[in-house]
Amino acid sequence: MTLAGKADQVLGIMKLLLIEDDASAAAYLVKAFRELGHSIDHASDGLDGYAMAADGRYDVLIVDRMIPRMDGLALIRALREQAIETPALILSALGQVDDRVKGLRAGADDYLPKPYAFSELLARVEILSRRARIAPTDETTFRVADLELDRLSHRVTRAGVEIDLQPREFRLLEYLMRHAGQVVTRTMLLEHVWDYHFDPQTNVIDVHVSRLRAKIDKNHTVQLIHTIRGAGYTLRETSR
Amino acid sequence: MKRLGRLFRTTAFKLAIGILLIFTIFAITILVYVGFSAQRLLDEQVSVTVSEEIKGLLGQYNIGGVVRLVRQIERRSQQPGSSLYLVTSASGETLAGNIMSVESEGLLEAGTYELFYRVIEDGEPRPHRALVETVILPGGFRLMVGRDLAETARFRAVIWRTGGWSILFVLALAVTGGVFVARRVLTRIDQMTETTRLIMAGDFSGRLTVSGTDDELDRLAQSLNTMLERIQELMKGLKEVSDNIAHDLKTPLTRLRNSAEEALRNSRSVDDLRLALDHVIDEADGLIKLFNALLMIARAEAGGAFDRGDNLDLSAIAHDVAELYEPLADEAGMKLIVKANAPIEIRGSRELLGQALANLIDNAIKYSASREQEDTHQKNEITVAVERKNDVIELSVADRGPGIAEEDRGRVLDRFVRLETSRTRPGSGLGLSLAAAIARLHNGTLKLEDHAPGLRVVLSLPVMSKT
Repeated sequence: MTLAGKADQVLGIMKLLLIEDDASAAAYLVKAFRELGHSIDHASDGLDGYAMAADGRYDVLIVDRMIPRMDGLALIRALREQAIETPALILSALGQVDDRVKGLRAGADDYLPKPYAFSELLARVEILSRRARIAPTDETTFRVADLELDRLSHRVTRAGVEIDLQPREFRLLEYLMRHAGQVVTRTMLLEHVWDYHFDPQTNVIDVHVSRLRAKIDKNHTVQLIHTIRGAGYTLRETSR
Repeated sequence: MKRLGRLFRTTAFKLAIGILLIFTIFAITILVYVGFSAQRLLDEQVSVTVSEEIKGLLGQYNIGGVVRLVRQIERRSQQPGSSLYLVTSASGETLAGNIMSVESEGLLEAGTYELFYRVIEDGEPRPHRALVETVILPGGFRLMVGRDLAETARFRAVIWRTGGWSILFVLALAVTGGVFVARRVLTRIDQMTETTRLIMAGDFSGRLTVSGTDDELDRLAQSLNTMLERIQELMKGLKEVSDNIAHDLKTPLTRLRNSAEEALRNSRSVDDLRLALDHVIDEADGLIKLFNALLMIARAEAGGAFDRGDNLDLSAIAHDVAELYEPLADEAGMKLIVKANAPIEIRGSRELLGQALANLIDNAIKYSASREQEDTHQKNEITVAVERKNDVIELSVADRGPGIAEEDRGRVLDRFVRLETSRTRPGSGLGLSLAAAIARLHNGTLKLEDHAPGLRVVLSLPVMSKT
């Protein structure tokens, strides 16, 4: 890895490739990611996208499902056959249950139906990019400030005091701690903690998080679970 | 003429003609065989009698010589009949007999053969055909005995003629029958074609006439009618959907547009604009949700939206989703109870069934939250149950809310229907119809029942077949 690459990693700067044929949608995303300091290239059809993605120098690929000259799913399948494992997120206007399964089966790592909120896309891309850079953790303990979660014994302590959590609350906290410092959205929580992708219509996730928060942060001066307005939640030591 | 052409092109007519051809060939073969056999039989009979007579006359000759023979011939010639006799001398002079002249010149040859001779009929000589046998006697005398063939010829002609006529008669009968049958079929098919044209032109109320004979055309007409019925239903559904979409998407769209306009007109600060934009995004998100729900309902109603599905444990889904909503119920001051102990296996989509159950629980929480129950022991309980009842599996959500009046129960399953009492609460009005659509997609049904007090919504699914 180059020195510049290492610096980027430290700063959390991502190198992204957007493969999207709709010019205005592409321009919007390119602008939005650049404003946040990320580097993003754009390809407007499947073949160009494949050529650019093939040398594997990107952190995350954002691939529109329906693009000219090579379908998004075919593109990802072709990359995976070349053993290029760059994480890929599919954007699709097809939001039905089976379309999602098809996307993931083709080798994509995440699937986001259109239309989406930018904050949702950003949160997902950040998670994918970090997953790619840091080898999958086999640590048995997550630690953020004085909060500790032991995955083997299913014990959670804050400042040494054990906190009693329901199994689902444990999984929720585990997910938040695994992605400590990153924003996770409500849909991401529903997907990874409950394994459902439907729209719950109401603020169920918020209620779960606030219950967890009550158990974790109550009576502590340093709050660890933060609400990010318009996006979701994050677990970290300091509020931004 | 054109009509006749169409008639000839019908399947019924072609079939009739085909059968007719085969029949005709068969009949002609039989006729020819019978005709020739009869002729051979007759010819044989004639030659046998002639030979017998020659034998007899030769006996006479052996007894009394030519003189006795001539006398015998003269006597026999007097008798009426079709027998012919002739005795000539070696030079060809006629000694006795009833033939005036023989067609062939010269002397008669020995042997059996056919011969032409003339007979005076109605004062005119006419050629007649005869089968004769001639023997040459010592001294050059010739004895000829024959039989006129006019009779057998007549007989033969009768056979050929009758045969021919009967074939012609049958042919005519068959053609008429074919035309009749073909026309009958053609008229009915024409009727059908006419009706289908009308339907294609847009009149979906048209139905094919069923004659009541329960023949193949009737059965065809019946299944076409059933198909039309289904198409009409689908069309009606489609029209309702588009009407509803038009109505219920335009309302939030108008709201969205109004907010944007209002922000443009009245916002004085960046914060104002920010607030207004947030509001616009919220409205847009609401629209997207509505749109997604509508799409899913439309897909479910079109049928076959997902292939086969997976084997699932419905009890596990019930526990999962109930667990997801438990804190929400708790906050609303309600107790969420799950009665699903044994695993119950079904085939379907976990996502869709989860969504359906989520909608039902969400509704139950939303609509029974405000109700204050005096009777404390059943205070605001929501019961989610999975049970197997004979050949159906029931997933039910029961609440102790205000319930839904019986006359309204059918209506709330329709898209967008929200009872007046609930107009003010948030929601798209699609939750129940989406759940109903998901039930249908799994070959199941959604029923609303009285829970006295409260409402019980039952999603029934067929028991998974053993395959």
